[in-house]
Amino acid sequence: MEQDSGMFTVQSTIGSVLCCKCGILMQPNAANMCAKCLRSEIDITEGLQKSVTIIHCPECDTYLQPPRTWIKANLESKELLTFCVKKLKNLNTVRLVHAEFIWTEPHSKRIKVKLKVQKEVLNGAVLEQAFTVEYTVLDQMCDSCSRVQANPDQWVAAVQLRQHVSHRRTFFYLEQLILKHDAAKHAIRIQQMDQGIDFFFGKRSHALKFVDFVGKVSPVRSRNDKQLVSFDSKSNDYNYKYTFSVEISPVCREDLICLPPKLVNSLGNLGPIVLCTKVTNSIALLDPFTLRHCFLDADQYWRTSFKALLSSRQLVEYVVLDVEPVSSEVTVGGSRYILADAQVARVSDFGKNDTIFNVRTHLGHILNPGDNALGYDLYSANSNDIELDKYKGFSIPDVILVKKSYEERRQKKRGKARTWKLKSLNMEVDSTARGYNEEKISSEYEQFLRDLEENPDMRFNLSLYRNKEYQPSEMASSVADGDELPSIPLDELLADLDLSDVESNDDDSMAE
Amino acid sequence: MATRLQFENNSEIGVFSKLTNAYCLVAIGGSENFYSTFESELADVIPVVKASIGGTRIIGRLCAGNKKGLLLPHNTTDQELQHLRNSVPDSVVVQRIDERLSALGNCIACNDHVALTHPDLDKETEEMIADVLGVEVFRQTVAGNMLVGSFCALTNRGGLVHPHTSIEDLDELSTLLQVPLVAGTVNRGSEVIGAGLIVNDWTAFCGSDTTATELSVLESVFKLREAQPTAIVDEMRKSLIDTYV
Repeated sequence: MEQDSGMFTVQSTIGSVLCCKCGILMQPNAANMCAKCLRSEIDITEGLQKSVTIIHCPECDTYLQPPRTWIKANLESKELLTFCVKKLKNLNTVRLVHAEFIWTEPHSKRIKVKLKVQKEVLNGAVLEQAFTVEYTVLDQMCDSCSRVQANPDQWVAAVQLRQHVSHRRTFFYLEQLILKHDAAKHAIRIQQMDQGIDFFFGKRSHALKFVDFVGKVSPVRSRNDKQLVSFDSKSNDYNYKYTFSVEISPVCREDLICLPPKLVNSLGNLGPIVLCTKVTNSIALLDPFTLRHCFLDADQYWRTSFKALLSSRQLVEYVVLDVEPVSSEVTVGGSRYILADAQVARVSDFGKNDTIFNVRTHLGHILNPGDNALGYDLYSANSNDIELDKYKGFSIPDVILVKKSYEERRQKKRGKARTWKLKSLNMEVDSTARGYNEEKISSEYEQFLRDLEENPDMRFNLSLYRNKEYQPSEMASSVADGDELPSIPLDELLADLDLSDVESNDDDSMAE
Repeated sequence: MATRLQFENNSEIGVFSKLTNAYCLVAIGGSENFYSTFESELADVIPVVKASIGGTRIIGRLCAGNKKGLLLPHNTTDQELQHLRNSVPDSVVVQRIDERLSALGNCIACNDHVALTHPDLDKETEEMIADVLGVEVFRQTVAGNMLVGSFCALTNRGGLVHPHTSIEDLDELSTLLQVPLVAGTVNRGSEVIGAGLIVNDWTAFCGSDTTATELSVLESVFKLREAQPTAIVDEMRKSLIDTYV
């Protein structure tokens, strides 16, 4: 007797018995029958489905999971295996151990799956058996493919985005925002129109989501409507085309606005002449003389819809002769301003005559004598505004400075590529339309890019990509003179992923 | 020679009957088929007795015996006891014993010389067994099971045990009992040998589910083929030669 680890264990070798059916020697098991006899006796796959029909759409290579979902799967893939196994009904009486595909010709319209199942039989013995299930594939076009086939340009919902101004700055900015948030990923078609963009969607819910998104980033007013396309009287199914008309407020950044008297009173006498500093889903207005600001909601704006007096196209360049700060630095709505008195002269007047304007400006924090600034020339402007006429005895200032100008330095840098670039939406542009001016649009785009460079808060919501074609020039010395042009630091740029071509519409694999 | 039969459509005949070299006990069934099978095999040789124990029919599992004696559990009524005393041959001692484990057929497996018992049996019971049955008693387990009477069937010529018995156990038991032992099954792979099979030195009865393979194993281990048929042939040969001379 060996004593090891305090326990004496008897060595036991299992003897062999005869199988009770066929008499061959075997190790005893719970059924005391050899595996072959057991298998010949009992078929655990009895009652399980051996042939099943599945429906496949040849256009989009999807399989139907009733009642209405279509699942995308390639032949002999994991998703197809899961789908096939889920189709079998009585599989809960046995335990599934293994499943795999058996190769069939791709055009044979048959899929074979080998399944190994286990079940307990006869007083505790667990029997494992393999069996094959054959799936017959029937071809049937799914609903979305048949709709596309019938009319490829068929849209169900359309969103018409409009802004009644003469420039497209807002749409450039919106385009970048849409790209960043992928808001238009369900759009079937995007078409550029005069004064706006049209988006077409396959489902009303997609269009609604898009309209909501636009409402969050711009002050909009929208209405919607539907048009009956067809209806089935038996099942009372009505098919409509839905249209959403979204109007963006015509007030843009850097616009000069004269507020209507009622609004001035309700805002607490915020001087009738204001500058628009920022437009998100609300409009930020700044009084340049008192440095007071306010925000107008979309609702508030549309109640007293006012138009801009002068917009950024009418900016005139001035040379700053002298700057005298009047008040200390004030932080207004996230940006710093200093109220200052400035002596300016128009660049067009500069050498020729002595026309000098003394103005109060809010740009005391960045203007220095000798700088160029852009501003609105109210002295020589002929404004035809009803609101302005309502103010009797109100002295209109001559000049309102809006921003600093980097025009000179831009001249030096002309022709050099930028270190960054932007992506664009896949828009259809109708270049033969009346009023389409390609030169005007490209100059507006250039202006937009400059705006992006100068304003970091405008860049905040967008994705900028590193321009691979940009080579840092050998003319590094030329940048050293004078102040640097405002440029975008490299760490704000996203490296352009090479998947940019592939990322286009990973269309819903589950289409209803 | 092994016979296949059923008790009321149930193959576990060892539950309803007990067979020894001196007598056979049979339960009272609905039809007479069970009884008549035993009668046809055994009538001239040993008495076939219909009995009940404690009012039940599971007499095979409640009593234990050999040609020298019969042990009955404490719940046997006086009338049953008297009936059995009257029916079995006089050489057989019928004794009722007081034992906590009252299913004596499950706890005791015996032949005419040696007995295996449940390891937890009382000391007095062990003495009674040795006394009444005239055997040597060994406390043992079979394939890790304490109910030795259920999992093995024993005669003077051989024995059949639970199929999961290891080879070492088989050797040990064989040495103790001094008979050849085989691990096997009855009733189509059932491990409960004692319930499916009753056997004595020249004949055996098993449940109708028993396969041919199992039957051949039984006949070889209990040496049932050398019984009567060959004896008859021998006698015939002798008589033939007689007339010649």
